[in-house]
Amino acid sequence: MAIETEPGTTQHPGGGQPAGGAARRPWWMRPAIHTGLIGAVIGYAFGHWLGNLIASGYQQVGTSDQNDTAIVLGYLFMVIGWLAGLGVFNDLFKQMAGRRLAEAENGNGPGGLAQYFRFHLDHKVVGIQYLVGMIIYFCTAGLLAMGIRTELLSPVHHVFSSATYIEIVGEHGTMMMMLMTSVILGPFGNYLIPIMIGSKRVAYPRLEALSFWLTPAAFMILLSALLLGGFHMGWTGYPTLSIQDTSGADAYAFAFGLMGISMTLAGFNILVTVICYRAPGMRWSRLPMFVWGILGTAVMMALAAPVLSGGMYMLLTDRTVQTAFFTDQLGGSTYLWEDVFWFFGHPEVYILALPGFGIVCELLPVFTRKPLFGYKVAAAGMIGVTLLSFFVWQHHLFDSGINPDMRPLYMLTTEMISIPTGFIFLVGMGTLWKAKIRFTVPMLFCFAFFFNFLIGGISGVFNSDAPADVTEHGSFFVMAHFHYTIMGGLIFAFMGGCYYWLPKMMGIKLNEKLGYWHFWLMFLGFNSTFMPLFAVGWLGQPRRVFEYALRLQTLNDWVSISSYVLGFSILLFVINFVWSTVVTRVRETGNPWESRGLEWQIPSPPPAYNFEHVPVVLSGPYEYGSEGSEPVADLNPPVGVLAAAFSGSETARAEA
Amino acid sequence: MAAETQAATPAAKAGGPNHGLRIFLIWIVLALAADLVLWFVLGPHIPPGRLGSAAQGQQFDNNVMIAMSAPVLVLVLVYFTYAIVVWRRRPGDDADGPPLHGHSRIQALWITVTSVMVLSLAAFGTYELIVPYGAGGGEGPSPIWNPPGAELTAAAQQRPWAPGHVLVVQVIGQQWRFTYRYPGLGGFETTELVLPVNTMIQFDVTSIDVIHSFWAYQLGVKADANPGVDNVAYTKTQHLGRVTVRCAELCGLWHGAMFNYGKVVTVPQFQAWASSTSVALADVTKLLPPYSTTYDPTEIAHLGPVLQKLGLTGAGGGYYPPQDPSQP
Amino acid sequence: MSLPVRVGTLLVAFLAVVGGAIFVVIHYLLAGPPTVDFTSQAAPGQPVHIVLQEAPQTTVSDRPDWVSYFIQDPASHQWVHTTLFKVPAGSMIDVTVLGYDGCTPLRNPFWGKISGTVGNVEYVNGKPTQVLNSWGECSVAHTFSIPGIGLNVPIASPTTLAANNNLCGTSPCTSGPHTTVTFSFKAPATPGSYFWQCRIPCGLGFLDGFGGPMQTIGYMTGEMEVAG
Repeated sequence: MAIETEPGTTQHPGGGQPAGGAARRPWWMRPAIHTGLIGAVIGYAFGHWLGNLIASGYQQVGTSDQNDTAIVLGYLFMVIGWLAGLGVFNDLFKQMAGRRLAEAENGNGPGGLAQYFRFHLDHKVVGIQYLVGMIIYFCTAGLLAMGIRTELLSPVHHVFSSATYIEIVGEHGTMMMMLMTSVILGPFGNYLIPIMIGSKRVAYPRLEALSFWLTPAAFMILLSALLLGGFHMGWTGYPTLSIQDTSGADAYAFAFGLMGISMTLAGFNILVTVICYRAPGMRWSRLPMFVWGILGTAVMMALAAPVLSGGMYMLLTDRTVQTAFFTDQLGGSTYLWEDVFWFFGHPEVYILALPGFGIVCELLPVFTRKPLFGYKVAAAGMIGVTLLSFFVWQHHLFDSGINPDMRPLYMLTTEMISIPTGFIFLVGMGTLWKAKIRFTVPMLFCFAFFFNFLIGGISGVFNSDAPADVTEHGSFFVMAHFHYTIMGGLIFAFMGGCYYWLPKMMGIKLNEKLGYWHFWLMFLGFNSTFMPLFAVGWLGQPRRVFEYALRLQTLNDWVSISSYVLGFSILLFVINFVWSTVVTRVRETGNPWESRGLEWQIPSPPPAYNFEHVPVVLSGPYEYGSEGSEPVADLNPPVGVLAAAFSGSETARAEA
Repeated sequence: MAAETQAATPAAKAGGPNHGLRIFLIWIVLALAADLVLWFVLGPHIPPGRLGSAAQGQQFDNNVMIAMSAPVLVLVLVYFTYAIVVWRRRPGDDADGPPLHGHSRIQALWITVTSVMVLSLAAFGTYELIVPYGAGGGEGPSPIWNPPGAELTAAAQQRPWAPGHVLVVQVIGQQWRFTYRYPGLGGFETTELVLPVNTMIQFDVTSIDVIHSFWAYQLGVKADANPGVDNVAYTKTQHLGRVTVRCAELCGLWHGAMFNYGKVVTVPQFQAWASSTSVALADVTKLLPPYSTTYDPTEIAHLGPVLQKLGLTGAGGGYYPPQDPSQP
Repeated sequence: MSLPVRVGTLLVAFLAVVGGAIFVVIHYLLAGPPTVDFTSQAAPGQPVHIVLQEAPQTTVSDRPDWVSYFIQDPASHQWVHTTLFKVPAGSMIDVTVLGYDGCTPLRNPFWGKISGTVGNVEYVNGKPTQVLNSWGECSVAHTFSIPGIGLNVPIASPTTLAANNNLCGTSPCTSGPHTTVTFSFKAPATPGSYFWQCRIPCGLGFLDGFGGPMQTIGYMTGEMEVAG
């Protein structure tokens, strides 16, 4: 049940037959990023022409000097051209034409650097693509945050104009919130989940690769808003402001909706992979906690992100063909948007939290040299957060006037979500009990995660209380709160994951000394940046303002200067990452952390198809300290055992 | 799980100092100290102050939650610090830790305590929301928790106000200024927010363009100004003082500069201000649309003949053509 | 790849990123219309004279159908396509606005009231006026409002149908039916920047008439910088 492929056949990502023999064309003839760019340019030109053909006669287009239809159709065909140029649809047409699919490329031996610039079906290649992409996206959005803090150095003297300031705020928020949803699921989830569950492949390699190649498109489209004059409604895009805005808002809505599709695909792939591609013996009770965390994330992505794409589509039709979903005079309602957006938006917040939970639960046993305390509690916490996250969204609307009588209910569900979140703290504290803590860089990030998430979580309880939220809603208090949970939780966990798993993924260890510097600067810089913002918000500073009260200047200046320290620490990470992977390349192929995780039982970086044979999992991943505990898996199981396992015999599996 | 736990428990208890007791003692001392300091020293200064009854309620809520969360915060921090100091690996020790898989009593205790805390906080929050009539938050057009004397229809709101009664103040958000209309005092509209002290204030917040959010900080009031919606919020003025009003929802280019100051004055001062303002603004008051809980500027009742000849039927900006039906 | 090749590639990539970032910052984030400076012209104690015009079109820009304000440079008397100007703190400001645009109803008729000027009055072609009714007659083209100091001046429009059908077609306008509105106000004593805006929904083709030129600095909104 856990695996659906016959043991005799090699599993090829994409299900292609080992045809071989296809003559290799020169590199510039093969679909890759350059053909994708050509396709994008052609697609945009066509879409823009089509949009002008359709809509240039609209009265509204004539008076406003902007044709949103042309821009949106331009983006649409640009994305189609980009994907076509990358060769995303090639196999589809081949299959329709009845031709045999060429073998997936990773079967042809090492692909070199070039494979990372192609639409590639190997989950390990996609994982690395995601990793590099996410670091680029994060740094871009982080630089924009530096811009915000620079402007807020003074309440009266301005570096940027107010329009530019809101553009920067919106770009920063949107880029972080849409792209960082995949910051852990993308690189680590795609790369490690199949290995951790003992599979040679993911369920839908084409969807997985597509989910990645949509992210650079979304990123570039979002940035292109600057060329169109930017968008001025923040990442939440509340109408009617977003309908009123200039063409940059098209880029916002299109990019965010596109990323919604990417999230849906990525989540769906992971979901099916975890459910259907577990190796024999990988029972639910032996699943690594990281897999649980990513599984919950995938469920939320697959269910919540389509709502986002739908909402963005409605916004785009309001902006282009003048539907009136969100205009009250014509029967629409701004509340509709608030509902749709936050129905996605709140699960999204947990999409941004759960992978962090997964990483700390995965790393703690390794560096405390103890089993995870309360495995079932941890899993229950992840499941509880996943389920409850769909029932809390209207706490964003406590003061909006929508459903005022439902406020007690949403207050209750919101506060209840701190119960499963608390489980993670129980698990963390229990695991530390009488441990032998090894203070490696990843472990330090785990500690920082707990510290930050503790403050983020407790401040969240303040926000969930409807009376207290009246003051905190829309202020810097809320802003500090969610930066504590997302940046303090997710990004710290991501950094821990990088230091922990890069030896696995690239066979290269990051410089440890720089790692310590990075950690301490980031931890202190982060807290020094966001802790005072709780006070700033409580004292009455709303979000997204470029002018604020004179008495708050000292606090704001403190925050801005701290944010430069924080930015510098991220720069240290980038330097460390690039220096270690490009220049020094210190090989680390073994199991440097002495981890019991299945992913560490195979060479680094893992060979094509991960495992020579489908492994049989023998025990849980966290059995540290038990004398004579079984190895985590038999990587070379006798043929009879495997055959018995695949025949569906429960006893054989249990015995194995 | 149960079997594992029982096997693990004796190992946890065997030998060594009693870590649990130590952590507990450190925690209880620090938590008590923190709570006392936070409640008695910091408590009276916690935002948003006490100018309005809603603000005072929020301050109380904040204080209760501070008092409740400080011990949790201290517990986790003490535990982690203790773990880092005591349970770190000693040099040369490469052995694994004890194989504890769980502890069912601790787990049950944790789940029970957090659940009780969370549920009691939700019950407390609900009480604090209902009793002070929505605690200053926007409650939409038909709030269910109203102070005595609150008026929810435009007709009733226009009855002349008398001291001691609920004062209705309509807040109209527009890019990028709040204006205030006093229906019980002749229906004049002004850019000044002036309120009488010791009076229950009913803010009827609406917008004539995008979403704004009316945040009267010292009064503890925040209500989104949605186009076409009457969003009601209550607070009672308790002292004389200045009120900072800021827009708390991004509303376009000058959102950051959309603020003004209001003031709470004595009742006679307020009445004097109202009558003089009413006279000073009489010429523009008669041009205003009839008082209503919401406004639709695209439908103008008495358009002049020249405007009609020009084809200007409303202030809609021409995004939706005027021939579009108002209700599809 | 060998080490020198890797390091070289790295260096090129690094320079490309830094160059790109600097380009974006300078060309998109720090770009903006010029500021017209009225501080050097003013003798101490003398009022500052500012001449503005509102034009129904902006043919000098890539948004020809947007309405726009223009400011006359005090030295060269050239019309500058900007809405940023700088005045000395605490000075008296005499403003002349040449209104070349036709009328539109205000979204909120309250803004037909003149406030914040000396005597709460404006002079429309020399005639003192305290309130304009934009809902009943064709009387208001735009407004000049500085909310931070409570200034609100509706700029009267040419009031006849014929005038509205005969607006000037190129900007900045030099001929065509127009009104001359004058008023005076006192600049605040506190230095800083004070935004000003128009309250007429004149962003045609944008929802509520408040997008496009209404929210783009250099067209119908801008900043008055008060220099200390």
